[in-house]
Amino acid sequence: MVDTAVDTPITKLTAALAARRQAGEVVVAPFLTAGDPDLDFTFQALKVAQQAGATLCELGVPYSDPIADGPVIQASYTRALNAGGTLEGVFGLAARASEQLTMPLVAMTSYSIIFRRGIDRFVGEAAAVGLTGLIVPDLPIEESSLLAKACRQADVALVRLVTPTTPPERAARIAAESTGFLYCVSVAGVTGERVSLPQQLKDRVRWLKEQTDVPILVGFGISRPEQVREVGDVADGVIVGSALVRHLEATSGDQRQTALASIAQHVGELVAAGRAG
Amino acid sequence: MATSTAPHRSYSQVPDPLGRFGDYGGRYVPETLSAALDELEQAYTEAAADPAFQQELDDLLCRFVGRETPLLFADRLTEYAGGARIYFKREDLSHTGAHKINNTLGQGLLALRMGKRRIIAETGAGQHGVATATACARFGLECVVYMGAEDVRRQAPNVRNMRLMGAEVRPVESGSRTLRDAINDAMRDWMGSVETSHYIIGSVVGPHPFPKIVRDFQSVIGRETVAQCERDLGRMPDMVVACVGGGSNAAGMFYPFVDVEGVRLVGVEAGGRSAQAGSHAASLSHGQPGVLHGSLSYVLQNPDGQTSDVHSVSAGLDYPGVGPEHAYWHDAGRVDYTSVTDAEALDAFDLVARKEGILPALETSHALAWTVREAASMPPEAVVVVCLSGRGDKDAAEIARLRGFSEELTHG
Ligand SMILES: Cc1ncc(COP(=O)(O)O)c(C=O)c1O
Repeated sequence: MVDTAVDTPITKLTAALAARRQAGEVVVAPFLTAGDPDLDFTFQALKVAQQAGATLCELGVPYSDPIADGPVIQASYTRALNAGGTLEGVFGLAARASEQLTMPLVAMTSYSIIFRRGIDRFVGEAAAVGLTGLIVPDLPIEESSLLAKACRQADVALVRLVTPTTPPERAARIAAESTGFLYCVSVAGVTGERVSLPQQLKDRVRWLKEQTDVPILVGFGISRPEQVREVGDVADGVIVGSALVRHLEATSGDQRQTALASIAQHVGELVAAGRAG
Repeated sequence: MATSTAPHRSYSQVPDPLGRFGDYGGRYVPETLSAALDELEQAYTEAAADPAFQQELDDLLCRFVGRETPLLFADRLTEYAGGARIYFKREDLSHTGAHKINNTLGQGLLALRMGKRRIIAETGAGQHGVATATACARFGLECVVYMGAEDVRRQAPNVRNMRLMGAEVRPVESGSRTLRDAINDAMRDWMGSVETSHYIIGSVVGPHPFPKIVRDFQSVIGRETVAQCERDLGRMPDMVVACVGGGSNAAGMFYPFVDVEGVRLVGVEAGGRSAQAGSHAASLSHGQPGVLHGSLSYVLQNPDGQTSDVHSVSAGLDYPGVGPEHAYWHDAGRVDYTSVTDAEALDAFDLVARKEGILPALETSHALAWTVREAASMPPEAVVVVCLSGRGDKDAAEIARLRGFSEELTHG
């Protein structure tokens, strides 16, 4: 890994990933919706996820029309927005979490939100609140030059996605442009748990490893320890979304503590599975 | 958004290879869909250059749809308005009762070329859903139509017709339960079925190459109108008017006119109850540039980029975005965009029903309302063509309900 004296957002992310890999462990990256049911809960959830061994966390910025998301994350975004969720609030949460936690945070956000804020302004604010990278699931490589430039200037990672429908030549190009890590989408479809992962997934990841030096994390459909072991054989880590966001479906009153405990336990089991190998 | 003001500027040389209409358009979709959009673009480029494809489509448009559709002089409406001569381009006489069929037959043929035998569509008013179900029945393709639950209620006759032709209608319960949510769910379906399914989007919206493909298939409206004006009137019209939801009937009508000098083009959006956010669906009149459903165009959203709720009495105009080519024409000043309210559209429906013996779709009634008002201030030798995009049978029950007519129709 590049040795840099200055601490930039992307070096924090890169260092966290490298440390975990050097320890021989599979990276576990939970996804949580910012502000479902409220920002303080999300902060507590990030905290227990870190304690349970998460390497980094993806913070989902709620969006009204998330076409890449299945019912679980859609419903979570709707709850967060109905609770009055704003971008201001998400940035505030990120600032608090980067101050009080050590684990790097990456924002998952629709390009609609970035565009409306203004590209440079959005990236500047993200860097200022300590976000180390951006994942923009509805921004293909052809449309990304302005955002990529802003991210480069702010030393913020721009994590790209490859999917099972991406042709090899294009996948190689995407892999080469991805910074921080590469997001390998396991299945063609929307987010949500899957009982089984595609046969060819391992071959795809092995091939992708040859196209890039950045770590490769596999996401979409991952929820169980045996999947972490399976994927961890070839990839650097996993991203777990819908399966964790499910724990946010009941969070009123004393269900809060139960939900936090479930998140901690779930992340813990996945992390443990990634150590055993 | 700087635009040149040179007098002989061409407006028809868009989009560019990346799907840009000036600053607008493009392709903002999950990577999962990129390959399918490339495949579609290539299939369309090849089809457009293949005379056999055009021949087959023309033949269907003639024998199956009933084209060309007439250009009718609306004499009693003209007399009522007391100004310019008003003509109707009768898309309501197309098979299935609206312009939507021009697009679904074209895209259905493309799906066959690509070997995709399952079709997904979204629908608002149900006209695009019916037109898609019709094309699928004709071509022997499986058909799934997403429709907001609110629209399922207010456009019930179309839901029945889709089902009668073998389509599966899936009511969408998320969000505002209207067109925008139906598009979301259609795209989600496509994310998981992209290798075997084709998504027939119903307007000039969505990621590249959809806005171009739909515009091209709908341009038969404008091409016929140009020819009919030359043939029947010996001149070009002074003004051409169309309603704008996503903007497909307007784009198809306007595109052959954009480089014809001296023809004023006017798009009429849904003004809803008022100009307050949430009470209308007039993206170009009240929105600003933003990204929605795969392209950059004018959208109605809050300062955080969250899509606003919209309202229109007409399900087909009840959409918070608009096609990117309209954004381009808007900024370039080539097309004027305006809006009329629910109440004005309902009045125009009544007026045209009684003066011309035509029940227009509520979407179309928006264009009619504005035309009648504007024609009054134009000289009697002036010619106005309005795109009569669809028939109003689907709306008749809902209008009767809004008007307080009882079911047994006491009004003789
Ligand atoms: C008759 C009719 N006109 C107009 C529209 C609006 O769509 P567009 O703006 O794409 O023509 C619809 C949509 O359902 C329609 O049914």
